Amino acid sequence: MPQRSHSNPNEETRRRLRLLMAGLVLGFVIMLLRLWYLQVIEGERFAALSENNRIRSIPQRDIRGQIVDRYGKVLVDNRTSFTLSVLPEETPKLDLLIPRLKDQLPIRWDELEPKLKHPYAYRTIQLLKDLTREQVAYVAEHRWDLPGVFLDVEHVRHYMYGELSAHTLGYIGEINEDQLKDAREHGYRMGDYIGQSGVEKLYERELRGLKGAREVEVDAIGRELQLVQEREPGPGMNLVLTLDLGLQQLVEDEMAGQAGAVVVMDPRNGEILAMVSKPSYDPNLFVTGISVTNWMRFLKDPRKPLQNRAIQAQYPPGSTYKIIMAVAGLEEGLITPKTTVHCNGFFPFGNRVFKDWRKGGHGPVNVHSALVQSCDVFFYTLGHRLGIDTIARYAKGFGLGLPSGYDPLEKPGLVPSTAWKRQARGEPWYPGETISAAIGQGYNLVTPMQLLNVISAVANGGVRYRPHIVKRLESPDGKLIQEFGPERLGEVPARPETLRLVQQALFGVVNEPRGTGWRGRHEQVNIGGKTGTVQVISNSPKGDRLPERFRDHGWFVAFAPVENPQLAIVILGEHGGRGGSTYAPIARKIVEHYFKLPPTPPPQSPAVVQRPIVRPPVAATSFVPQPTTAQ
Amino acid sequence: MIDRRMLLNIDWTLLLMVFGIAAWGLVTVYSATHGRLETHLEELYLKQLYWFIAGLVLMVSVSLLDYQLLSRAAYPLLTLGILLLVVVFVAGRAASGARRWLVLGPLSFQPSEVVKVFVVLSIARYFTDTHREGGLRFRDLLPPLFMVIVPFALIAKQPDLGTALVLFFVACTLIFASGFPLKILLSLMGGSLIALPIGWTFLKDYQKVRVITLLNPDFDPLGAGYHSWQSKIAIGSGGFWGKGLLAGTQSGLNFLPEKHTDFIFAVFAEEWGFIGTSALMVLYLVLVLRGISIAYSSRDRLGALIATGLVAMLSVYILFNIGMTVGLTPVVGLPLPLFSYGGSSMLATMVAIGLLLNIRMRRFLYS
Repeated sequence: MPQRSHSNPNEETRRRLRLLMAGLVLGFVIMLLRLWYLQVIEGERFAALSENNRIRSIPQRDIRGQIVDRYGKVLVDNRTSFTLSVLPEETPKLDLLIPRLKDQLPIRWDELEPKLKHPYAYRTIQLLKDLTREQVAYVAEHRWDLPGVFLDVEHVRHYMYGELSAHTLGYIGEINEDQLKDAREHGYRMGDYIGQSGVEKLYERELRGLKGAREVEVDAIGRELQLVQEREPGPGMNLVLTLDLGLQQLVEDEMAGQAGAVVVMDPRNGEILAMVSKPSYDPNLFVTGISVTNWMRFLKDPRKPLQNRAIQAQYPPGSTYKIIMAVAGLEEGLITPKTTVHCNGFFPFGNRVFKDWRKGGHGPVNVHSALVQSCDVFFYTLGHRLGIDTIARYAKGFGLGLPSGYDPLEKPGLVPSTAWKRQARGEPWYPGETISAAIGQGYNLVTPMQLLNVISAVANGGVRYRPHIVKRLESPDGKLIQEFGPERLGEVPARPETLRLVQQALFGVVNEPRGTGWRGRHEQVNIGGKTGTVQVISNSPKGDRLPERFRDHGWFVAFAPVENPQLAIVILGEHGGRGGSTYAPIARKIVEHYFKLPPTPPPQSPAVVQRPIVRPPVAATSFVPQPTTAQ
Repeated sequence: MIDRRMLLNIDWTLLLMVFGIAAWGLVTVYSATHGRLETHLEELYLKQLYWFIAGLVLMVSVSLLDYQLLSRAAYPLLTLGILLLVVVFVAGRAASGARRWLVLGPLSFQPSEVVKVFVVLSIARYFTDTHREGGLRFRDLLPPLFMVIVPFALIAKQPDLGTALVLFFVACTLIFASGFPLKILLSLMGGSLIALPIGWTFLKDYQKVRVITLLNPDFDPLGAGYHSWQSKIAIGSGGFWGKGLLAGTQSGLNFLPEKHTDFIFAVFAEEWGFIGTSALMVLYLVLVLRGISIAYSSRDRLGALIATGLVAMLSVYILFNIGMTVGLTPVVGLPLPLFSYGGSSMLATMVAIGLLLNIRMRRFLYS
């Protein structure tokens, strides 16, 4: 028999057991009430929530419009791209998976490591973007060995010719926060791609298509189970450029390996036929998001491949500035075509001596021969008499010192004046500075695009057109939506006879025995041009002995045919030596290609006898007398 | 050893509840692992069935061995259990950040599951042996507290907050049921309320977040509160009638985490609705009330205390698990007894049921 205390639980324990039982029942009742609340009272709300849970709208990238050249050749298109992703929750062991993929696919496991370590923060992890055909085949073939790994398809931008015309076409990239602020109201969302430069950016609104959406039933980790509804992405408008792919290709080849810019424009309407900036980059690297390595490589490259030198790089205009000087002198009446200056090779001013590029000088020169031979002393003299503010007025009249209106990202250049110097530097203008400004050195800065507009206006008789690259907007099925014609920005402050004189002088630069641009001469087409040299360091010795980064920049501006100009050309080569000798042959080739002439070698020596310009009886271009309004 | 009176006193009500709940659990495990997605878990319901059968064998074995004899080994068993916990602490296998498992060849088990039962046996034994004229004093509380604090600390350190919590509640219930003077218990409670903020500093960050999420359920529903929120959606969307077997979208589409283990009640609630959940709650309530009745009618103080401890253990699991899925208690990883998939939990529960049967069968026996 057990002791009394071991027998039945005592009364106190029983009392407490009753209390415990009451507590238990209370606990269960609370749970039941809670279930009643969740399932019956709030049931409908939760049912709706669970419905939302499983239907997810997955946006699909829009189909951007095509970009084609003036003849309809496709420059930018879209292609399908495969992305390889992994769902960590579906992969039994990532450690097993990695070696299976490692040998076949160039996946940057080291970059992915932080994501793989915390797989819960990332429901799906992108392993590799833009797989090649072979890689897609490999993954498809081994899909049973790769649980949790899957391929996604999307439309991505394809720049057919890679680096060709990259700066002009631009690239697209993921929208950044600043852009999103303004673009949100237009339906852009985080993760969307948007034009980041060039035509892609300028015509973002038009190129952009309609985003599609797939309403899919998904599970908690975002896997698509079943398509509920789909809205196909819509295509954007197509852009027909004024660009001529053949010409562009030719210029790209000519500039291969160099740093510089070339722009070819129709002076009759401002249509850009070719625009090259070197060094270039491949915009295809951006289409699925550029890798950090590539981006840093671009940013750190001292040659700045992302910069569009045609509109974003500023250089002193050098001797090409003499065109504006000549116009200013003639218009101001300070010189006549017959005014002669004797050039003996130097120009003493104060206690300084400004040298001519040619030792011994050019002898007696008038404005024509001074342009032809690029005599410095003539323009030193003229510049001194004009004064910097008059020079500035004419420079601005030719569109310098302001963006040309081609692209908002353009640099404005710099036209120095007394007012500018007082404001920017807080110093007075020294007369000696006018002397170097007169030959385009000193503070002067222009972009190649601005200089192109100068030569274009000279060629077409004084009209400044807005340079443009888009000819037409077309609907996806090819219907015309909008056409972009010439847009007159104004006239340059020069009388027709002044311009005619300058044209003839520029023809002489290429075609006269002592012309500096003789290497640009063509037997069948009359080419006019002007050379220019920009000293990178002062008093640099000539030739190739100097390290490349100290060598002079070279300019060559040209137009053709002189009697009826259809082409305006600007060429800038960084550290390429003297403009005339290096770049005039490129202008010659451009002309040759444009007029579909059989290729001929550039001349080996200057012309012996000057060829007369054969001008058609009635000028095809607008040689309409313009009022000379000084700006 | 087997008396005819024992067979007559088999608690069929209790057994009926056990079979009913386990069968319903099996169906739900099947449903949770047969959604519209491959889960690689399709075989689990079979495994669960095998665990249940093994549990039945264990239950019968435990019920046959007189609990009087068993309680004599309580202290050595508890010592062994604590040693195992130490071994786990030193050499256990880690899974998802916690060391809970001990691997012995092909078998692996969680010593914490058996230690719970040993703690119940030991404390029951202690309060059966200890009595004093004029009631127990505060210092009589120290040995049982020691019995629970050592395993509690080792388990909490694993970290397995859920099991540690169970241990704590079980010990409290046992001390309360032992008839310990209420005055002392109340002052102790007051003391612990003061100690609570200090204990807070010992919680791991993720545990703190869980408690915060509980107190403020709308706090970051996609982050820390994700489990709790999705679970509530699942339960609530079940409505009154439920979505039907295998038709739950929350579980079928994997929105629910741990859907065949800790959150299985949410799967169940989604598919069976309030009709099902209230019925299941009734089954559980009958089960635990039956346990209380076993304690109440036990032939001796030892049996009463053991039964009370086991009922407390089962109730804490049930209430905390369901409380977690309905968003009333923190998300601590506690399985729903007899329902959640898992061998250790199933076996431990069946041992407890076996002990309850054991006590019930012997209520008219006198040694």
